[in-house]
Amino acid sequence: MALIELKDINKTYNNGQPLHVLKGINLNIEKGEFVSIMGASGSGKSTLLNILGILDNYDTGTYTLGGTLIKDLSEKQAADYRNHMIGFIFQSFNLISFKTAVENVELPLYYQGVPRRKRHEMAMEYLEKLGLTPWATHFPNEMSGGQKQRVAIARALITSPQIILADEPTGALDSKTSVEVMQLLKKLNEEEGITIIVVTHESGVANETDKIIHIKDGVIGQIEENTHHDAWGGPLMK
Amino acid sequence: MRIEIIHEIASSLRNNKLRTALTGFAVSWGIFLLVTLLGAGNGLMNSFAGNMQNYISQSIEVEGWRTSKPYKGYKENRIIELDQKDVDYTDGPTWEGIIGDVSVSTGSTSADLALGDKTANGWLRGVMPGFEEHNKIQMSSGRFINREDLEQRRKVIVIASSHARELIPGNPDAVLGAWIAAGKIAYRVVGIYHTDESDFRRGCYIPYTTYKGIYDHSDKIDNISFTVDGPTTLQDHQAFEDAYTSVLKRNHDIAPDDSRGLWINNGYTRNLQMSEGNRILNIALWILGLLTLVSGIVGISNIMLITVKERTHEFGIRKAIGARPGAILKLIIAESIAITALFGYVGMFLGMVACQILDKTVGQSGVNIGMEEIHMLVNPTVGLDVALEATLLLIIAGTLAGAIPAWKASRVKPIEALRAD
Repeated sequence: MALIELKDINKTYNNGQPLHVLKGINLNIEKGEFVSIMGASGSGKSTLLNILGILDNYDTGTYTLGGTLIKDLSEKQAADYRNHMIGFIFQSFNLISFKTAVENVELPLYYQGVPRRKRHEMAMEYLEKLGLTPWATHFPNEMSGGQKQRVAIARALITSPQIILADEPTGALDSKTSVEVMQLLKKLNEEEGITIIVVTHESGVANETDKIIHIKDGVIGQIEENTHHDAWGGPLMK
Repeated sequence: MRIEIIHEIASSLRNNKLRTALTGFAVSWGIFLLVTLLGAGNGLMNSFAGNMQNYISQSIEVEGWRTSKPYKGYKENRIIELDQKDVDYTDGPTWEGIIGDVSVSTGSTSADLALGDKTANGWLRGVMPGFEEHNKIQMSSGRFINREDLEQRRKVIVIASSHARELIPGNPDAVLGAWIAAGKIAYRVVGIYHTDESDFRRGCYIPYTTYKGIYDHSDKIDNISFTVDGPTTLQDHQAFEDAYTSVLKRNHDIAPDDSRGLWINNGYTRNLQMSEGNRILNIALWILGLLTLVSGIVGISNIMLITVKERTHEFGIRKAIGARPGAILKLIIAESIAITALFGYVGMFLGMVACQILDKTVGQSGVNIGMEEIHMLVNPTVGLDVALEATLLLIIAGTLAGAIPAWKASRVKPIEALRAD
């Protein structure tokens, strides 16, 4: 059984005029995969990501994550599932500005009720893993984009989630930093077997992943096994 | 988790200094006014009570007065004098169990007191034991007239401390036990009752029987005073007075509907009226204070709403990484309570300081009304009970102020919140 199973997912937004965004998505993602979902803006990729991340609900179909059916959840359940099963990485980092790096990383554990000291230890461990120890007590506005994104990655990893969802993780970074962040994700995937799903509209970013899922007008198009991404040096940003 | 929330609140307040200060000011001001008003109100009530306590006691006094209506062949304006029959009625079986101690006093013969070459003026009144209780006479030394004095018709006298100061200026207490002359008769001083410089009381008390033997051989009595046990409300007292006086009126041929024939001074009802007045004043002050506080609460609620809007993105992040709606709700309400409590206490402290200042300034100055000095405010402070009530009030206020914004924040969908900036 695949880690993620989407069966005939439909989603319509009803803001005045009904907008059928996802038109029967069928998709399986196995544990340990490093995939990208690629599409132009308006293709439905963000909606798909929101559904995968339990940030939004869907109208029909089924979504199973790690054997758990994700459907018609209360806000409380959704929050708990997000907390335990999903790690988010956002384009704009989404760190809390008045908290230090280590406090930001600790936050998901706070909502799990992990004691303060334990939480702090774990957060420091993850920061060390990402080479951010000297920045632990810095506030987000004292860090560079790459550092902020690494803090966000540490925050996503700290609960040992089933999947990491990255929404345009390099969108706000320069090309050099983008390469570093993608290499980091790749390393996490390869060395720790973490399932990572990257949503992007940039083929350069998608090319770093093992599998590229094209989405267009709310349906899955071609699924491309990416075999030549090992050849570093190709232009990351097109 | 408790410490966590304090930590969260602290950092959130630190990062929103201006808003915290503005909100805090509104609450501080509300509580400050509440405490100051209540303190000043207490001062005013204490002042009433202090100024009145010499005259109001837990007893009922009855005296004869002048009729205002013709009745049974008598003209109006007739002087009524109470006598022994009235005392027997009062002390008799009719009111067994309701009327307690009965005391009688009569006379006001003016007499110059003399000791050696010092003199003081006063007037003599024959009294029975119990008079001191009913008239709130406080002994500063010695004793009051007792049963033996009465039975043996002793020539003993209780004088005011103002008399004692005039008779032996250096050592007024030495008057106790001395024989002093009151007019042509010598009396032994057995007690000195307390009066202060402003007090105009100059009464000297001797046994009722002694007085009757020397100055007045009739059985007429000026004043009957007694305690009652039973009536508790103003209505009860009115009913009791009506029933009690109906017999006296019959004895003295006073028209039943003549309100002037007898003079009744009911200390109980005066006290009831005063405490009722105090209660109303107190309620009025609370209402004023609460209304002021309400504006503070609305202020907080408003600012919390803006804050929640400003922080929507942050709440979106928190929700995305696993904060339950309840956690957000708790955070905002806790923050609201923290602001209200913190600044409420500042306001309460300043209010108490203001009360102390009132005490040290207005509280110390009195207004001289000729015979005595009246203090406008006496001890204008609030007690621990008010502090506790105010604390409870602050917590409730904080919760109320935070409730709507918190509910809004907890409802917002994480994707919408994340989109907000």
